[in-house]
Amino acid sequence: MATRRRRLSRPRPSLLSGLSHVALVIWALLIILPLLWTFLASFKNNAEIFGDALQLPQALRWEAWGRAWDKAHVGRYLLNTVIVVFFSTLGTMVFGSMAAYVLARYRFPGNRLIYYFFVAGMAFPVFLALGPLFFVVQQVGLLYTHTGLVLVYIAYSLPFTVFFLAAFFRGLPESVAEAARIDGASHTRTFFQIMVPMAKPGLISITIFNVLGQWNQYLLPLVLVARDEEDWVITQGIASISTLAGADADWPSLFAALSMTILPVLVVYVIFQRQIQSGLGAGALK
Amino acid sequence: MERLRKYGFIAGFLIVPVVLYSVFVISPYIQAFQISLTDWDGYAASPAYVGLENFAKLFDDDAFWQALRNHGILLLVLPLATIVIALFFSFLINLGGGSHGAGMRGIWGSKFYRVVFFFPQVLAVAVVGVLFRAIYRPDEYGVVNGVLIKLGFDPVGWLVEPSIALWAVIAVMVWQAVGFYVVLFSAGMAAIPKDYFEAAALDGAGRFRLFFSITLPLLRDTVQVGWVYLGIAAFDGFALIQVLTGDKGEPDGTTHVLPVQIWKTAFNYSEYGYASAMGVALFFLTVTFAVLTLRTTRRERIEF
Repeated sequence: MATRRRRLSRPRPSLLSGLSHVALVIWALLIILPLLWTFLASFKNNAEIFGDALQLPQALRWEAWGRAWDKAHVGRYLLNTVIVVFFSTLGTMVFGSMAAYVLARYRFPGNRLIYYFFVAGMAFPVFLALGPLFFVVQQVGLLYTHTGLVLVYIAYSLPFTVFFLAAFFRGLPESVAEAARIDGASHTRTFFQIMVPMAKPGLISITIFNVLGQWNQYLLPLVLVARDEEDWVITQGIASISTLAGADADWPSLFAALSMTILPVLVVYVIFQRQIQSGLGAGALK
Repeated sequence: MERLRKYGFIAGFLIVPVVLYSVFVISPYIQAFQISLTDWDGYAASPAYVGLENFAKLFDDDAFWQALRNHGILLLVLPLATIVIALFFSFLINLGGGSHGAGMRGIWGSKFYRVVFFFPQVLAVAVVGVLFRAIYRPDEYGVVNGVLIKLGFDPVGWLVEPSIALWAVIAVMVWQAVGFYVVLFSAGMAAIPKDYFEAAALDGAGRFRLFFSITLPLLRDTVQVGWVYLGIAAFDGFALIQVLTGDKGEPDGTTHVLPVQIWKTAFNYSEYGYASAMGVALFFLTVTFAVLTLRTTRRERIEF
């Protein structure tokens, strides 16, 4: 055993191992440095920003953060995004899991048809629907409203959510649901009190997937809530601040706004990184 | 009674999702196919039916062909670069530390790398675009140019030089995507039984052999999934390109892509008929790509 172990872990050429480390470190720096630079640039004044790009700020100036929060409305945009994403993810999960459950575990005429009806939505690029979608939302009177945006987010998240969760519900054991039925639990009760708790891992993964997707959405808000600046979500806000920064020559507040957007995401990511990675990975491999 | 209750339950659970989905997803898609055959401008109550005229116009549209060329480049480079880099890193992270007793292990610090590499994935593409607009600034105040000047080179107009702009955009896409595929491939590598590596290492296989003769063939399915996802991403690029180089596809249309063109044609020029025709073209391109990839790379599954 001892000889075998020595053979297996015999030192490989250390040059190779060294190069591997260098490659990994370089890629890590390529990710960390731009973000760090943005964060530091938010403390610079305009003179420093138009000075040496690699210079540290001379002082910790928080003014740009204040300007970004008040004048550039980053606070407003973040709040809008939180509200929209909260309701749209909630709606996606409630309606998505209801549809997926029924389609996965009940036999009725038209079941397959409705299932493929949902799944087909994954094959179409959203750009195809863009023009008509604008007029549909206008017709139901929800154009330029957060309600309209929430409903559209839910609708476009359903295909993948239903597809993923149907597979998950199908895999749950029949015996527990059967026992509940014999005990006289209604269908609705069986779903909420027995099946949902059992499907928790799948529900968590797909919730994370939807929160991230909807938080990062840029195209749909650009089409559906473009008119009033106070309705904008954060991605729209940042893109517009970026254009304005050139005009107003207020670069520090652009970097402050960027930092304000990135930091909360970073904190949430560091706390939940394991779940986030497995959630997105599981989503892709299904 | 029980039957009635069951069907009532099914209908109750399905009604809201089906209605939402039909109204906001299915009906716009169906309308898009109809509108693509008209000259609708967004106002006319009864737009004229023009047959395939929009599609004929598409064939004579230089911007369309330019966009197709760009999608072609993206389709080749984005998946290839991302997958090669991601495979390399995930191999190092998972198996690069050599074999130790019970099995292979990752290189030192692999957990840290995995967390860092994945982070760009959770950032909004629009935010990443704004970030890189500052980093790519064409004058000497951008980060990349600042480094270049320090090293004694001239500043480069990353997003304004026609020959470089698209590559600068692709670099950002790869920057953001790699971490996700590292995680994806890592999951695939974790599923390969340890004794395969052990046996190969016993037979004296080095790390190159372990990678090319064992890891890569057994990871085929995962790589294929990655390829399809990246290929579909190559037909998008909307948020990044719109933010990075503006909706004109500057410079000189070298970063023209169909999604940006569709958005512009519909909402800036109100040519909904023509925009829908582009959407239909985009749909068929994407579907053709996905079907072809899955067809040509299909092989028997390897069960562990």
